[in-house]
Amino acid sequence: MDATVRTAGVEVPAQARLPRFDHAERALHWANAILFGILMATAAILYIGPLTALVGRRELVRWTHVIAGLALPVPLVAARVGPWRRQVVADVRALARFDDDDRRWLRSFGRSRDVRMGKFHPGQKLNAAFTLGAIVVMLGTGSIMHWFRFFPVEWRTGATFVHDWLAIVLAVVVAGHLRMAYSDQDAFRGMTEGWVPTIWARRHRPKWYEELTGRPARPPAAATATPRRPWESPAPAAPPGREE
Amino acid sequence: METKPVGRRLVLAMMGTGVAGVLLGSRAADLMERVLSPITAKDGTGFLSLFPVGRFRIYTVTGKLHSRTDADYRLTVGGHVDAPVTLTLDDLKAMPATRMTKDFQCVTGWRVSDVPWVGVRLADLLDKAGVKEGAQGVRFLSFDGAYTETLTVDQARRDDVIVAYEMEGKPVSSAHGGPARLYVGPMYGYKSCKWLETIEVTPSVPRLGYWEVRGYDTDGWVGKSNGREDRPV
Repeated sequence: MDATVRTAGVEVPAQARLPRFDHAERALHWANAILFGILMATAAILYIGPLTALVGRRELVRWTHVIAGLALPVPLVAARVGPWRRQVVADVRALARFDDDDRRWLRSFGRSRDVRMGKFHPGQKLNAAFTLGAIVVMLGTGSIMHWFRFFPVEWRTGATFVHDWLAIVLAVVVAGHLRMAYSDQDAFRGMTEGWVPTIWARRHRPKWYEELTGRPARPPAAATATPRRPWESPAPAAPPGREE
Repeated sequence: METKPVGRRLVLAMMGTGVAGVLLGSRAADLMERVLSPITAKDGTGFLSLFPVGRFRIYTVTGKLHSRTDADYRLTVGGHVDAPVTLTLDDLKAMPATRMTKDFQCVTGWRVSDVPWVGVRLADLLDKAGVKEGAQGVRFLSFDGAYTETLTVDQARRDDVIVAYEMEGKPVSSAHGGPARLYVGPMYGYKSCKWLETIEVTPSVPRLGYWEVRGYDTDGWVGKSNGREDRPV
């Protein structure tokens, strides 16, 4: 493998990287992302009148939507129970639990600056929990809509109501997720290539950096100087061994 | 450090909200439709129609959406009649027009308020062909090749049952069943056969329509059938 890879315009040598997501986690994420893409595209065709008229083939689109929806648990379960599950299990646990810093961030509605993040930002944790909850609810309500004959008529209306509104909220949340990924290329690399620049971890995920390396990150006082939104931060200092 | 399972709580809260939404959603949807449809009606941008309140959903039972140009369109009234007639869209428009503004209520729960319809009374079309003595029913066939609906002759003769060629001030679009479709005012949407091609008068009570075979009520009165309690339109 190449000793250096270009990341956000800066070449990062292998010794200046930290492993973030393993193969199972990335496979899970991208399988889920592809299914979400299919679901959102088919949903738009089924739901937005002009698109419906343009594409037609409602039966095919509907079945694609239903099958992609029913497939949603497959990657989740496979990643969680397969022989590759070790880091998946650890990270699911890390995502599910909020420590004092996370809760301080939550209570300040994201404004608190003297918080030190672990592997996951509390916003990422909220996103993960929301997405899981949404998958469960969409699967449940979608199943009622699809197998409506087995349920009271009122439930069908209620399920449609929940499915429609949650779809709109999901579209907004997914758009936000994409925006965040786009605006922090270093973090995004964690999900595409599996590693992040060490300097990024030290700055944005100091507690995780400390766990992983055993070296102290910056003290909390210094962390307060970091802009809250990473895309406004100055270019990271040149990592050691950078090629000019 | 002490940690709390906030993630699990959020997931459980969403599941609880989802269940509540399924159980109470039909009431909530009805309320929102009543409150918000006057606002969406005034929205010229169409942006609000993206939200699931008081909007049409396009259903078709076959694989694709069917289209027929206005020039190619033909409507036949036949069966147990004195003289079968075949009409073009222009023939339909030349007949006395009936205008009404009524809600469209779907049996799956959604409702669109105050839809302006323009069309020809089905009773006038039946008279044009001359319904024979003793006819019991009327059967409707769609040019999608699959959808059928039925009414009794008495139901078909109501003033609020029309073959519509205009809705919401525009020609009925292909998605909405154009060039011409049935609109059975007092009944659920599945009775209002889209892409109407053939009206067949039957001597006996007609066979069941597409959805009736699949469990829907044959007399689809809004609020008084299919186990539903919607407001009448």
